[in-house]
Amino acid sequence: MAIFTAASQPVRKSHASVRATRILSRVLIYGALLFWAFVCLFPIYWTVTTSFKSALDVTQGHLVPWLDFQPDWKGWRSLGLSPDSILGTSTARAEFMSRFGNSIITSVGASVLALVLGSLAAYGLSRFRYKFAWMRNDDILFFFMSQLILPPVVLALPFLVLYKALALLDTRLGLILLYTLTVLPIVIWIMRDQFNAIPIELDEAAFVDGLSVWGAFIRIILPLAVPGMVAAFILSLVLCWNEYFFAALLTSTDAKTLPVMVASQTGSQGINWWSMAALSTAAIAPLVIVGIFLERYIVSGLTTGAGK
Amino acid sequence: MQNSAPLADVRRDKAASHRIPVGRKNAGRTLVLLVSAACVLVLLVQILHTAGAITVGFADWRPILYAYLLWAIVFGSGQVVMRGERGLRALFLLPAVLFTVAVVIFPTMFGIYIASLDWNLSSFEGPHFNGLNNLIGLFDDSYYWNALRNMIFYTLAVLGEYAVAFGLALLLNAEIRARKFFRVVFLLPLMLSPVAVSWMIGKSLMEYRFGPAATLARDLGWDNPAFFAFPWIARFSIEAMDAWVSIPFIMIMLLAGLQAMPKEVLEAAKVDGASAWQSFWHVMFPLMLPVSVTVLIIRIIFKLKLADIVINVTAGGPGGATDTVSSFIYRVYRDRSNVGYGTGLAIFYLLMIILFLTLLLRLSSRWTQKVA
Repeated sequence: MAIFTAASQPVRKSHASVRATRILSRVLIYGALLFWAFVCLFPIYWTVTTSFKSALDVTQGHLVPWLDFQPDWKGWRSLGLSPDSILGTSTARAEFMSRFGNSIITSVGASVLALVLGSLAAYGLSRFRYKFAWMRNDDILFFFMSQLILPPVVLALPFLVLYKALALLDTRLGLILLYTLTVLPIVIWIMRDQFNAIPIELDEAAFVDGLSVWGAFIRIILPLAVPGMVAAFILSLVLCWNEYFFAALLTSTDAKTLPVMVASQTGSQGINWWSMAALSTAAIAPLVIVGIFLERYIVSGLTTGAGK
Repeated sequence: MQNSAPLADVRRDKAASHRIPVGRKNAGRTLVLLVSAACVLVLLVQILHTAGAITVGFADWRPILYAYLLWAIVFGSGQVVMRGERGLRALFLLPAVLFTVAVVIFPTMFGIYIASLDWNLSSFEGPHFNGLNNLIGLFDDSYYWNALRNMIFYTLAVLGEYAVAFGLALLLNAEIRARKFFRVVFLLPLMLSPVAVSWMIGKSLMEYRFGPAATLARDLGWDNPAFFAFPWIARFSIEAMDAWVSIPFIMIMLLAGLQAMPKEVLEAAKVDGASAWQSFWHVMFPLMLPVSVTVLIIRIIFKLKLADIVINVTAGGPGGATDTVSSFIYRVYRDRSNVGYGTGLAIFYLLMIILFLTLLLRLSSRWTQKVA
C-alpha cells in the first residue's frame, strides 16, 4: 500500500506513506495482541462455560451462555458446590474439599519452609564469605542451583522407598519436604538478588548500634526484603500448587492433592464433561485470581537477574 | 562452612578481638561428638533391627528422621559454642545445606544403589543385586531411545517458543494502550496447572468429535482433525500445549530485558537510517543475547522434565510418539512396577542431562563472548 501511494503521488509521498504505514502497524500490533489474548483466554473461557453446560450443549458446540444455551449448575451440582446442593451433604464435595485442603496445606507449607531456609541461606551468601572444603560462596550457590536440573523421575523412586521406611508415604509432611526441595533453588536465587540490592552500610549501621548479626538481619534487613519475599513466596506457591508428578506417585488416599484428583477423573467413568470442567475451574481458580491481582510480584520474581 | 570469614567490608573489630576460651570450645566439641555418636548408635540399632539381628528397635525409620533433626540442631548450636561470631554466621547457611543434603544427596545415592538392583515390586522375590545389567538392558530398549529422540524434538521446539515469546515481548514493549491488561492476560497460562491444561485443551478443546479446536480445523478444511492419532501431529499437539503454558515465562523475561535496554542505542540506529528490521537484527537482538541465553537455558532445563501433559493426554501414545523420558519412566514404575530398571533409566537420563547442559553452558558462554 505504501508503495502504491508513493508511486501515484510523488509530492505528498513521505507524508501519506508514513501515515499509512503507521496506521497499518497499529492495526497489525493490536490485531496480534488481540489474537494472542484470545489464544490465552479461550481455553479458560471454554472450561468455565462448559461447567454450566448440559451434554447436548457440549456436543453441539454451543459457546455463548444465554444466547446459545441456557446455563445450568450441572457441573457444580456434581461436585456438591452449586447453590441448591451446597447445604446438603455430598461425598463429592467432601472429597473435593479434602483435596483442596491438602493442596493448600502442602503448597503453603512448602513455600513457607522454602522461604525461611532460602532467605537465611541467601542472606548468608550475600553478606559473608564461606569456605567449605574447596567450596566458596559461588560454588555453594551453584550447588543449590544445580538442584534445579534434577528431573523428578530421578528422585521419585528413592523417595517412594525412603518414605515407605520413614512412614511418610501418603502424608502431607512428606510432600511438603519434597516441594520445599523443588522450590528452594528459586527462592535462594530471588532472595540473594534482593539482599544484594540492599546496601551493606545498613548492616554496618546496625552493628554500630550494637545489634548482633542475627539482630541486624531480623530487625533491619528482613523488613526491607519483604517485596522479594512476597515474589518468591507466590512463585513457589504456584509451582507447588501445580505439581503433579511427585503427588501422583507418593500419595494414594490421605494426602492426594488437586492435580492428582483432576488427573484421576479423566481416566475413569468415561468423561463427564460438566463435572470435569467444574473440577478444572475450581483447580485453576485460585491461581487465576493470584495471577490477576498479584501479577506484579510474579513478574518481579520471574525477572530476577534478567535485566542485567 | 568450616571457615566462615567475614566479608572484608563487614568485618567487625569485636569479632576479631573475641577469642573463644578453650574450655568452651572443648565443651562444644564434646557435645557435638556425644550427640553424633548417639545418633549413629540409634541408626546402627535400627539397621540391625531391620536386618533381624536384634529385637530392640523401632517399628519404622521415622525416629532416624528425628535423630537427624536433633543432630542438625545440636551441630548448629555447637558451631555457635565453638566458634562464636563465625558460628553465628554459619548458622545462616547451615539449615538450607543440611536440608538439601538430607533430601537430595542421600536419595540420589540411594537411587544409584537401587539402579543396580533387579527389583520388580510385582514379583515375589525381593530385590537382588544385578550390577550393570539394568544399564546394559537400557541400550536395547527401543522405547527408551525413542523417548530420548522425542526429547530432542521437544528441546528444539524451545526455539520456536522463544521466537513467539520474543514477538509477544516486542508487542508488549511497543507503545500500546491497556498494556497492563494484555500483560496480565498473556501471563495467565503460566499460572495454570499442566494437569488442568491437559484436560482443558488436550481432552476437551482438541476432542475429536466436538471440541472447538476440532470444529475449527474442520471448517478450515482439515477433514479428519485427530490431534493425537498420528505421530507427528500428536507430537506437535503436545508441544503446542506445553508452549501455551510456558511461553509467558520466556516472554516476561525477554520483556524485562527489553525494558532494561538503553533507549539511546535504538534512537542512534534510527538516526543512522537503519530500517526497523535492521535495527532489530543488528542492534536489539545482539543486546538481548545474554537475557536470551539465560532464559533459553532455564527453559530447556524445565523442558527436560516435561511429563505431566504427556502422562495425562496421550500416555505416550500413539505408539510412543509423544513419550518423554519422564513419562516413559513413570509408566515403567506405575504399570510394570519395575523399580530397579526405572531408576536405572532415570539415573542414566540425569547423566545425559548433566553432560548436555555442561556442553550447552560452555558453548553459550563462548558464543556470547564472540558476538559481544
